[in-house]
Amino acid sequence: MSEGASKLIAGSTGPWEVVIGMEVHAQVQSQSKLFSGAATEFGAEPNEQVSFVDAAMPGMLPVINRYCVEQAVRTGLGLKARINRVSVFDRKNYFYPDLPAGYQISQYKNPIVGEGEVIIDLSGGESKQVGIERLHLEQDAGKSLHDQHPDHSHVDLNRAGVALMEIVTKPDMRSSEEAAAFLRKLRAIVRYLGTCDGNMEEGSMRADVNVSVRKPGAPLGTRCEIKNVNSMRFIAQAVEFEARRQIDILESGGAIKQETRLFDSRAGETRSMRSKEEAHDYRYFPDPDLLPLEFDQAFIDGIAAQLPELPDEKKARFVKDYGISAYDAGVLVAERELADYYEALADGAEPKLAVNWLNNEILGRLNRDGLSIADCPVSAGANGAILAMIADGTISGKIAKDVLDIVWGEGGDPRRVVEERGLRQVTDTSAIKRAVDAVIAANPEKVEEVKAKPKLIGWFVGQVMKETGGKANPKTVNDVLRTHLGISEIG
Amino acid sequence: MALPSDPTHFTLAEARDAVVGKKISSVELTKAYVRAIQGARELNAFITETPERALAMAEESDERIAGGTARPLEGLPLAVKDLFCTKGVRTTAASRILANFIPPYESTVSQNLWDAGAVMLGKTNMDEFAMGSSNETSYFKPVINPWRARNSNQALVPGGSSGGSAAAVSGFLCLAATGTDTGGSIRQPAAVTGTVGLKPTYGRCSRWGIIAFASSLDQAGPMTRTVRDSAILLGHMASVDPRDSTSVDVAVPDYEAALENGVKGLRIGIPKEYRLDGTLPEIDALWDEGAQWLRSAGAEVVEVSLPHAKYALPAYYIVAPAEASSNLARYDGVRYGHRAPGAMDIIDLYEKSRAEGFGAEVRRRILIGTYVLSAGYYDAYYARAQKLRTLIARDFANAFETCDVILTPATPGPAFAMGAKSSDPVSMYLNDIFTVTVNLAGLPAIAVPAGLSTAGLPLGLQLIGKAFDEATVLRTGRVLEKAANFSDIPQTWWRVP
Repeated sequence: MSEGASKLIAGSTGPWEVVIGMEVHAQVQSQSKLFSGAATEFGAEPNEQVSFVDAAMPGMLPVINRYCVEQAVRTGLGLKARINRVSVFDRKNYFYPDLPAGYQISQYKNPIVGEGEVIIDLSGGESKQVGIERLHLEQDAGKSLHDQHPDHSHVDLNRAGVALMEIVTKPDMRSSEEAAAFLRKLRAIVRYLGTCDGNMEEGSMRADVNVSVRKPGAPLGTRCEIKNVNSMRFIAQAVEFEARRQIDILESGGAIKQETRLFDSRAGETRSMRSKEEAHDYRYFPDPDLLPLEFDQAFIDGIAAQLPELPDEKKARFVKDYGISAYDAGVLVAERELADYYEALADGAEPKLAVNWLNNEILGRLNRDGLSIADCPVSAGANGAILAMIADGTISGKIAKDVLDIVWGEGGDPRRVVEERGLRQVTDTSAIKRAVDAVIAANPEKVEEVKAKPKLIGWFVGQVMKETGGKANPKTVNDVLRTHLGISEIG
Repeated sequence: MALPSDPTHFTLAEARDAVVGKKISSVELTKAYVRAIQGARELNAFITETPERALAMAEESDERIAGGTARPLEGLPLAVKDLFCTKGVRTTAASRILANFIPPYESTVSQNLWDAGAVMLGKTNMDEFAMGSSNETSYFKPVINPWRARNSNQALVPGGSSGGSAAAVSGFLCLAATGTDTGGSIRQPAAVTGTVGLKPTYGRCSRWGIIAFASSLDQAGPMTRTVRDSAILLGHMASVDPRDSTSVDVAVPDYEAALENGVKGLRIGIPKEYRLDGTLPEIDALWDEGAQWLRSAGAEVVEVSLPHAKYALPAYYIVAPAEASSNLARYDGVRYGHRAPGAMDIIDLYEKSRAEGFGAEVRRRILIGTYVLSAGYYDAYYARAQKLRTLIARDFANAFETCDVILTPATPGPAFAMGAKSSDPVSMYLNDIFTVTVNLAGLPAIAVPAGLSTAGLPLGLQLIGKAFDEATVLRTGRVLEKAANFSDIPQTWWRVP
């Protein structure tokens, strides 16, 4: 396939292909935990959000949170995946202080969601399909705190029992760019769906990355699992480091050991955590406290009916309905809030003008101020009013930016700002004629030059604009200048 | 019928009528039991006595009776197996690892009883984590059976794991008690103490707040002196519970109302596979006699087949330890319970706390359970045991095509001497040979006292019913009870005035 050719990594023995699969843990957006009524909000005091079930007190029993099940099904539908109407919760047994019951309730053989697919968007407008192997529901663990006491460890169980979706891909990615693009797209999808907030800093989305290398066309190589990759940037770094490490080993005659490795973001490298031999025997078995999870097609259909428009569909619609480029549409739909903002803006304005305004003016200012689109100080409606004033000639494009700066900093209605501050564009031809006459009279040598080089008319426009305090309608100025200078329209 | 002169000898039904009829106050009745318990400490039936709480509850009951707002079990003193979490009252599972555990919550079953007006006398001794058939694995020392063989002073076991509850009921230390039954832990001790024990259908009583042994098998049930008392008590223990996903939403009928309906026209199944080589002749004889009693009362006796019953005991000793090995992982010395001092690190803390906290039988079952779930062994053991469970359940379903209730012996023999089987786990496990099958299939079953052994010790018969058909099990049990006319009680050799 020519598509993959450019992604090969050069080695001393020839090109290598990197093969990547991912396991993403996405925290389910829900008020309460997967099997208890305790709250899930981030940032509470340690052990404030712990029920008797979460603390694994004697005799306590888990009860499935219906909303978390709906969220998993919703996510499955968003991943175009098969929804399994019967799934089973299993116990994954191991001892750890932040795992109070001594087992994690997970889904092993029979997950709630089966195979699906995600389309990832790559540079140059290319796209590619990444297969989803499965999605299952499981409990998060608590957190061990080793810095609270000189010789004791403390445990915070606030996170213990919070619902996670583990989303496993097929080994379909072939570069760090694809891996990062996948995670970006997955994050966009779950955020559109409202099933996970995708916040990697707070740990509500975490990725383990499986990396192996092979010569093109060869069977799959031995893989290493890289844990703790908690930002988009680190994904690419981790993959690149790990692929290079494996290639170097293989090219110097060594063999890859199947193991779990930890990504050290400070050093930008992966380090061995435990080998396959040291892997736990989790002794999975069906949790006898929980019946198999069963629901009917109507349950799935009900959720499907409420599904929002997802990034791919929205992008296609933007291209078709607004006539904007696929690239612009891709940028807009990456965040649901941005897409919504654009739609509100494009509602009353010329769509291409709207996308340029959004990309150049709004996003630039948001970026400068460290704000997200959701915190944008100027509403889509107010921006729409500015664009409308450009369109009807009330203000010039340049004044429009000034107006935006004013309402960005001070708030207020753009139309009133224009009125109150006298920013309305001068379209009164007599006033413009006076200014044109003045400029022509003051610059006889330039008048001679412009007759030979008509492009110099721009200089005259600038002078007239200066004369009118920038408020003159540039088109009118142009027309009057041409008439007065005797220059015909160019092209 | 005249009431017994000693109020501790009332049945639950008699006491209920006497208390509400103001023939005796709840406080008087409660005080009589508190005295009896204090005088019977030699039996070691209780781990924790709660006399103050009992009297406070009794006083409240008397006020309610006086005020005309009596509830169905108003003022009736009960004992609770120490596997049920009781809010503010130490709950140990008879284990060192929970020796000082005081739950901040009340189990659903015990809450149901208190809501019905019952009075709590205390928490009864048991095998550690309900693992045992003789009550000898308790960290709080064994329970002694109130019964002794004729002309013998030898201490006998009360069966297990609900041995403390059985001893308390048969020794007149409470009106009735709660038990739990995972492989026979209600029925076997009931049978060897001459009392009635009912294991309801799996899902009939909530497991919420009951310390788990094997979650897919555990079920709470009543232990009483009469079948009627079991009918009454079950009605107030059972409930669907949104906090237990395995509890089942089937209406709880008035078991007592249907109790005297007899067995006329009922088909009684006799499973031919339960005729085991080496069973004591007196057990087989009693079984035949039981069938005859039911036939005489108008039932039809038919032979049925449970071809996979012979695999029940091995299947049970895979499934139950497997679940236990996981259920008991939470006792790690980190959050509550016994924590070994001087641990070097977390692994050391786990190992020391658990080695000190669990007794030998519990450790054995955790090891068995860990083994059968291990990679490479799962399919050979756990997966096959689960298949056997399905086959056993199907056996029962087939048998119930041709019969309504199944009659079997309850135990392979009467109470045995302390220490007689404790060195041989397999011979101990064989005590459950007639009872485990029922747990694997999730069915209801009752043990009813039916006669005395040649040594003068109680023997029981077991009746197994269809799922959620406790009513038929109870009315058949009532017919057996009447026919057996079992009126023997243990000599009160222990009583301290």
